[in-house]
Amino acid sequence: MRAIESFEVPAPPRVNYINAQYGLKSWLLTKDHKRIALLYLGSITFFFFIGGLYAMMIRLELLTPQGDLLQSTTYNKVFTQHGIIMIFFFLIPSIPATLGNFLIPMMIGAKDLAFPRINLLSWYIYLLGGVITIYALLAGGVDTGWTFYTPFSTTFSNSYVVATGLGIFINGFSSILTGLNFIVTIHTMRAPGMTWFRMPLFLWSHYATSLIMILGTPVIAITVLLLAFERLAGVGIFNPALGGDPVLFQHLFWFYSHPAVYIMVLPSMGVISELIANFSRKNIFGYSFVAFSSLAIAVFGFLVWGHHLFVTPQSVYAGMIFSFLSFAVAIPSAIKVFNWTATLYKSSISYDTPMLYALGFIGLFTVGGMTGLFLASLAVDVHLSDTYFVVAHFHYIMVGGALMGYLGGLHYWWPKISGRMYPEGWGRFSALVIFVGFNLTFLPQFVAGYLGMPRRYHAYPPEFQVFNVLSTAGASILGFGMLIPAIYFVWSMRYGKHAEANPWHLPGLEWRTQSPPPTENFEETPIVTWDAYEFAPREETEVVGKFGPELERI
Amino acid sequence: MSEHIVSVRVYITIFLVLLGGTALTVVAAFFDFPWQLNTIVALTIATIKATFVVLYFMHVRYSSRLVWVIVAAALFWMGILFALTFSDYLTRDWISIQPY
Amino acid sequence: MATEATAPEIHGHRSLQHHFENMEQQREAGTLGMWVFLVTEIMFFGGMFLAYTLYRSLYPAAFASASNHLDITLGAVNTGVLILSSFTMAMAVYFTQIGKRRPQVLCLLLTLLLGLTFLGIKAVEYHDKYEDRLIPGRLIPGHSFNPQVQQEGQPVDPHKLHLLPGATVEKVEMFYWIYFAMTGMHALHMIIGAGLLTFLLIFSLKGRFDPEYHSPVEVIGLYWHFVDIVWIFLFPLLYLLGRHLEHG
Repeated sequence: MRAIESFEVPAPPRVNYINAQYGLKSWLLTKDHKRIALLYLGSITFFFFIGGLYAMMIRLELLTPQGDLLQSTTYNKVFTQHGIIMIFFFLIPSIPATLGNFLIPMMIGAKDLAFPRINLLSWYIYLLGGVITIYALLAGGVDTGWTFYTPFSTTFSNSYVVATGLGIFINGFSSILTGLNFIVTIHTMRAPGMTWFRMPLFLWSHYATSLIMILGTPVIAITVLLLAFERLAGVGIFNPALGGDPVLFQHLFWFYSHPAVYIMVLPSMGVISELIANFSRKNIFGYSFVAFSSLAIAVFGFLVWGHHLFVTPQSVYAGMIFSFLSFAVAIPSAIKVFNWTATLYKSSISYDTPMLYALGFIGLFTVGGMTGLFLASLAVDVHLSDTYFVVAHFHYIMVGGALMGYLGGLHYWWPKISGRMYPEGWGRFSALVIFVGFNLTFLPQFVAGYLGMPRRYHAYPPEFQVFNVLSTAGASILGFGMLIPAIYFVWSMRYGKHAEANPWHLPGLEWRTQSPPPTENFEETPIVTWDAYEFAPREETEVVGKFGPELERI
Repeated sequence: MSEHIVSVRVYITIFLVLLGGTALTVVAAFFDFPWQLNTIVALTIATIKATFVVLYFMHVRYSSRLVWVIVAAALFWMGILFALTFSDYLTRDWISIQPY
Repeated sequence: MATEATAPEIHGHRSLQHHFENMEQQREAGTLGMWVFLVTEIMFFGGMFLAYTLYRSLYPAAFASASNHLDITLGAVNTGVLILSSFTMAMAVYFTQIGKRRPQVLCLLLTLLLGLTFLGIKAVEYHDKYEDRLIPGRLIPGHSFNPQVQQEGQPVDPHKLHLLPGATVEKVEMFYWIYFAMTGMHALHMIIGAGLLTFLLIFSLKGRFDPEYHSPVEVIGLYWHFVDIVWIFLFPLLYLLGRHLEHG
C-alpha cells in the first residue's frame, strides 16, 4: 500500500504551536516539547559561539611557534574551556535536545513526550549548569584540561575546578532527564500500528543515545563529586600521596566520557539515515542492520574506555582487551556507512543542502573513524597519544560528523519547525564553505601530530608552523561558513518563503501535519500502516489540500 | 487495571525473611571462615535479601518483561564497570616493568 | 470516583494528563520512568562501590580495623528500621490499591517516621565519629582527622582505634572517607525520600489517590525500596567486614 498517495492534508489551522500563546511566560513555562526544543536551540547556539570564541583564541595563538599571544596558564584555560563548553554544553545536548525533543513525539504520532514538565525542568537544569560554569569561567577559569586529571585538579591547580565541576554535575542531570523521557516515550507512546521496525531510524538512534545517557552520565556525576570533595576536603581517593590512585579517576572519568562521544555522534547518525533515505528517495538499505547497529554502538561503546589509558600505569593486559574491543566497536559504525552508501547506489539523489551535509558526513566520519583505529592500536597509540593526531581524529568525528549531521538536520526540518524555507542557494554555498574550511583546519593537524607536535602546548618547535598556519586559515573559513546559516536562519523566520506541510514530498509522519505544527501535533492520533521509508515516484506524489497550489521549492 | 495486588501474607513473610537475613549476617560476621568466605557469605546474604525486595516489595515478580530487562541491564552495566576496571588492577603485577 | 477498571479505558479521570491516551498508558509510563531513574541511581552508587572494592582489596587490614570501630548495634538496628520501613511502604501501596485510605495514610506516616528514625540514628553515629576525630581530611575545618590509637598494654578504650597488624592510620582515613561518602550519599537520598513521603502524605490526606490512580505512591515506593537495597549492601560491606578478625 502506497504510503503517500492522496493523503489529505487538512486546511492549515490559523493557530500553530508558535502563535498559540503569546508572551514570555508562555514560553518560559511551556510544556510543549516543540517550544522547549526552541528554547534549547537558542541556548546551545549561545554556548556554541562561546566555545567558538575559545577556538578562535587557540588558533590565533598557534599561528606562531612562540607563545606570544597568551601566557601558558591562560592558554591552558582557553583549551580547557573550549573543550568543556563544546562537549558538555553544545555537543551532548545538541541534536537530542533540539531535533530530538521536537521530532520524537511527532515521528511516533504522539502529542508530547511522556513527561513534559520534566522536559522543561531539564532545560532549566541545563541553564543552571551553564550559568554556574560561565561564572567559573569569568571568575578566573579552569586550566586542568576538560579531562580534569588528578592529582593536578585535586591538589595543585589554582583554578575554579570545583565551580566548573558543579556546573558539569548539574548539567548531567539535564542529560539524564532527557534520556529518561525519550526511553519512556518510545516504549509507551507509539501510535497504533507504529511497531519498532516501522520507526524511522532517527528514533532508533535516539533510543540508543538515551540508553547511553542513562547508564553513563551518573558515573561522571559521582566522579566529579568525588573530585570536588577531594579538592575541598583534602581526602585521598585519587591522590597517590595519601594512598589513592589517580588512574582510578581516569577509569571512572572515561567510563562515561567515552560513551559520551557516542552520545554526541549517534543522534547525528540518526539524522544522516533520514537524510540519505529521503534525499535519494530510496528505502534505507539494510534497515534492521542500521537499527541494531545503533544499539550495538551503545553497548560496545561502554567496553572500550581503557583506550584512553594506554599510556598510564594501566595493566598491559587490560590494554590488550581494550584495544581489541576498540577495534570491535568500529564494526557497527562501518555497517552504517556501508548501508548508507548502498542506499545511495542507483537512487535518485537530489543535492539539496541537507544532502550535501549528509554526504560530507559520510566521508568525514569515515576518516575520523579510521584514524580512531590508529589510536586503538596499542603501540601506535604510544607514539600518537597526546599529539595533534588525536585532536584531528576527534574533531573529524565531532565537527565533520556530529556537527554536519546537526546542520543537515536543522536545514531539513527547518520548514517544519519554523514554517519557512531557508534560502537554498545560500544553504548549498555555506555547506561547501564549511566543508572546505573544516578540512583545511584539521587535515594538517593529522600530519603535525604524526610528526610529533604535542597537544595542549601554546608554543611549539618552528618546523610545525606551516601546519598551524594552514589550520588557522581553515578555521577562519570554517568560522565564516558557520556564520552564514546563523544569519539566514534568522532572516528566514521573517522573510523566508512559507513552507507547506510537506515541502520535500516525503512519507514521514512528521510531514503529515502542518508546518509549523499545531500544539497537539496531529488533529487525530494517526494509525500507522506503512514502513518508515516507503516512497512513491516524485511525479505521483500528490498533496491534496484545500489551501492552494503547491509552493515551489527554491 | 492490569495491576497485580500482592497479598499481605507475602509481604509479612518477606519482611520476616529480611529480618532473619540481617540477624544471620551479623552472626556470621563473627565467625572466622577460611580464605575470603566471610565476604562471600555476607555478599550472598545481602544479594538474597535484595532479590526479595526487588521481586516482591518492588513487584518485579509480577511485572512485565521490560522491567526484568531493565533491572538485569542495570546490574550488567555495573558488572561491566567492575569487571573491566579490575581487569586492570588484577593484572598489573603480571608483568614486571624494569625502570630505566 | 471510579469503582472498577476493566478493559475499556476510563476517559476523563481527573488525574489523566492531556498527552496520554488513557490511565493505563500513564501508569505504565510513570512506572517505567521510575525504573529508568533507578538505573541511573544504581550506576551512581556503583562508582562509589567500585572505589570501596578497590581500596578494600589494597588495604584489608586498615579497612578491617576502621570497620570494627563502627557501632555494629546501631548499624544493625538501622538495618532493621529500614527493612521495617520498606514493609510499611509496601503496605501503603497495598492499601491504596484496595482503596482503604485510613491504613494507607497510617502506613505512609509510619514509613516516614521510620525513615526519620534511621536518619536520627545516623546522626548519632556521625556525632560519635566527630567526637573520636574520625572525620576525614578537612571536611570539618579545624577538626581534622586525628584519632587516638589503642596502644599495647593500655586499658581498652572504646573511643580509641585498634589497629590490626598491617594497618596504618592513613589508610584508615581512606576507609572513613569512603564510609562518609557512601553513607552520606545514602542519607541524602533518605532525606529526599522523606520529603517525597511528606508530599505523599499530604496528597493522601486530601484523598487524591484511589485504586484507579495511585501511581505516585507506587513509584515513590520503588524509590524507597531502592534506598533500602543500597543500605542492605552498605551494612555488611562497611560494618561487618572485619568482625571475624576481632579476637576478644
